[in-house]
Amino acid sequence: MRNSPVTNTEHRLTTLDALESEGIHIIREAIGSARKPVLLFSGGKDSVVVLHLATKAFWPGRVPFELLHVDTGHNFDEVIAFRDATVARLGLRLRVARVQDYIDDGRLRERPDGTRNPLQTVPLLDAIASNGYDIVFGGARRDEEKARAKERVVSLRDEFGQWDPRNQRPELWNLYNARHLPGQHVRVFPLSNWTELDVWRYIERERIELPSLYFAHERDVFDRDGMWLTPHPSVRMREGDRATVKTVRYRTVGDASCTGAVESDASLIADVIAEVAATRITERGATRADDRLSEAAMEDRKKDGYF
Amino acid sequence: MTTTTTTSSSLLRFATAGSVDDGKSTLVGRLLHDTKSILADAYEAMERVSRERGGDGVDLALLTDGLRAEREQGITIDVAYRYFSTPRRTFILADCPGHVQYTRNTVTGASTADVLVVLIDVRFGVVEQTRRHLAVAALLRVPHVVIAVNKIDLVEFAQAPFDRIAGEVAAHATKLGLDDVVCVPVSALDGDNVADRSTRTTWYSGPTILDLLETLPNTDELAASAADSGWRLPVQWVLRPQDAAIAPAYRDYRGYAGLVVEGTVRVGDAVSVQPSGRSTTVAAIDTADGPLDEAVAGRSVAIRLTDDVDVARGDLLSSTAGAALPTRNFHAHIAWLAQRPLRARERVLVQHGSSFVTAMVTSIDGILDISLPGGTLDASIVPGHELALNDIGVVSVQLAQPLPIEDYGTHRRTGAFCIVDPHDGNTLAAGTARASAPGTGADGYVSI
Ligand SMILES: Nc1nc2c(ncn2[C@@H]2O[C@H](COP(=O)(O)OP(=O)(O)OP(=O)(O)O)[C@@H](O)[C@H]2O)c(=O)[nH]1
Repeated sequence: MRNSPVTNTEHRLTTLDALESEGIHIIREAIGSARKPVLLFSGGKDSVVVLHLATKAFWPGRVPFELLHVDTGHNFDEVIAFRDATVARLGLRLRVARVQDYIDDGRLRERPDGTRNPLQTVPLLDAIASNGYDIVFGGARRDEEKARAKERVVSLRDEFGQWDPRNQRPELWNLYNARHLPGQHVRVFPLSNWTELDVWRYIERERIELPSLYFAHERDVFDRDGMWLTPHPSVRMREGDRATVKTVRYRTVGDASCTGAVESDASLIADVIAEVAATRITERGATRADDRLSEAAMEDRKKDGYF
Repeated sequence: MTTTTTTSSSLLRFATAGSVDDGKSTLVGRLLHDTKSILADAYEAMERVSRERGGDGVDLALLTDGLRAEREQGITIDVAYRYFSTPRRTFILADCPGHVQYTRNTVTGASTADVLVVLIDVRFGVVEQTRRHLAVAALLRVPHVVIAVNKIDLVEFAQAPFDRIAGEVAAHATKLGLDDVVCVPVSALDGDNVADRSTRTTWYSGPTILDLLETLPNTDELAASAADSGWRLPVQWVLRPQDAAIAPAYRDYRGYAGLVVEGTVRVGDAVSVQPSGRSTTVAAIDTADGPLDEAVAGRSVAIRLTDDVDVARGDLLSSTAGAALPTRNFHAHIAWLAQRPLRARERVLVQHGSSFVTAMVTSIDGILDISLPGGTLDASIVPGHELALNDIGVVSVQLAQPLPIEDYGTHRRTGAFCIVDPHDGNTLAAGTARASAPGTGADGYVSI
């Protein structure tokens, strides 16, 4: 924290300044109309940045909402440890909805491919309904995927948690409309207008801490359909799968069963930025098996109430 | 994404509009392609789909048509946001659909745009949708309009049809009060004058589409160089941490959080609080990174005041000189965006800044008929009692509580409002307030 006043002689906001201010504005606006807000927090870089914006939006007070994590049971240990440390540092309250509980009592069944990402929807919607959350913050960006590119910053979900892409509210100027009927809720995406590169540059500028998985490290990996997966209790090895040691990093840190690592020597944020800036493959295409299922995979999951 | 952008580049928001099949999606795909913003796997997916459909070459329009229904019908039905950058600027693009029934999306995309790019098919010239989109640009006071006269390859890159269209556009723009309109001859399909200067339109020496996007000043830059008409900050949240303070020193902190939407606020400035009308002074401008001497439009801050005045979410802080004044009655232009019609004397909510106030549309004073040829927009207002989807109307509004709503012609942010359904919360209309009665136009602001 600087104590001497800083003078802004430059009559122009940089891209990062403008995006930061927009994100803070969105968070404050949503909170202003919320009864019970919550942030979906996985410990992934996007949710970490949303949380960082929230700490700025409410400074010098604490962040006025709880955090919710839908744990597939297949998360990387490093990420869970980072999640818990962050929550403790900021003095916040975290709720965890567990996919495993739903599998154990038969409400959900394991998929043949072992992927649990699509199974998150039911525990998420149950957690929203049972805790009475009405404003649900998420870290999704429009540049991630084609269906997300069309979603509003403030996006209404019906009684079943579903998104109706054909019938979205117009969103005008910087007037965000979070009004909803009982039983409905709204998802709010403060990073809608950020790109992957913006997120990394902001992490560098703000010196934001991230789980170590995002940076290059040596790891046992094996090739699964062109992605480097790591041996993990959640990943069923197939005949012929052979692990080798490689220097890799993760571009997203989701479910270990379907999130692949990329070969990389980027061990510092500056290296990651250079790599992201030069990369020729989109973030999800490179590392998320579930988005490769079909052209419309993401749109179908979003309609069902997914993040 | 290009590797050379710097974090200090500025941000430009632009929207695209045009009628069906004018080539918007192709133009957007072309811009992304030629600025090397399409990533390898996305490009391969487009190649694959183009091949499956039996087309030759890559259909660049596939990139933006994100929803399944759009892919099936081959049309764009909702605003798709795209992000790209060049060494000179970062861009946020709202790709808006062309069908008349999706005009509401054009209104949405244009409301935040610094530049509206309108496509015209060179073979058809100015059509009804063009006039509608230019009317939207005038209504929302989009700072710059760029007309892409597209498919110039289909007329053998001839100058005459371009000149004819440019003349028609200029005449129409003058009537609408649009003063910054530029026409560019392009082929979105082949890339002529999009990012690269065409060698096939030798008669044209003006800028390319990308030249314009890289150099036109954005809204905040224009505001910074404009004459000082004061500053505005709608209060979103009162920061009073008490027990939730991050440190004991901040227990008694009280700051008013919000975004500076206009002008530059400085420590020591006289402040007027609306709607109460109280006056005080800016004691400090705080951010989590430390205090500021001044904050420009576009920055989120917290303001501390020297006096202990009562300020709540929904109030407006403004400079005392030229302060916003609260009103309970005003005239406005509205773009009706809902399926169900609006009738006079309907009870609604008006969303303005961070406030929602009960209101009534006391009268519908006219409807814009853009099919009427010639004349100013004033002359195109016809009587009507009901606004249907996509209609632009002139209305009178009465508020249950006063709001510091201003003339949109001089205050783009505090003159903007939405009409919201009090029952289900849906956004029904986009509105721009008028200081004077419709048709007088003394403020220089276009009279629709
Ligand atoms: N010859 C030629 N054809 C073009 C050009 N630009 C677009 N087209 C073609 O015009 C047709 C319509 O283009 P789109 O980009 O899909 O049109 P659109 O305006 O996005 O239409 P909607 O998505 O329906 O709103 C396609 O067949 C394009 O290939 C051009 O510059 N020259």
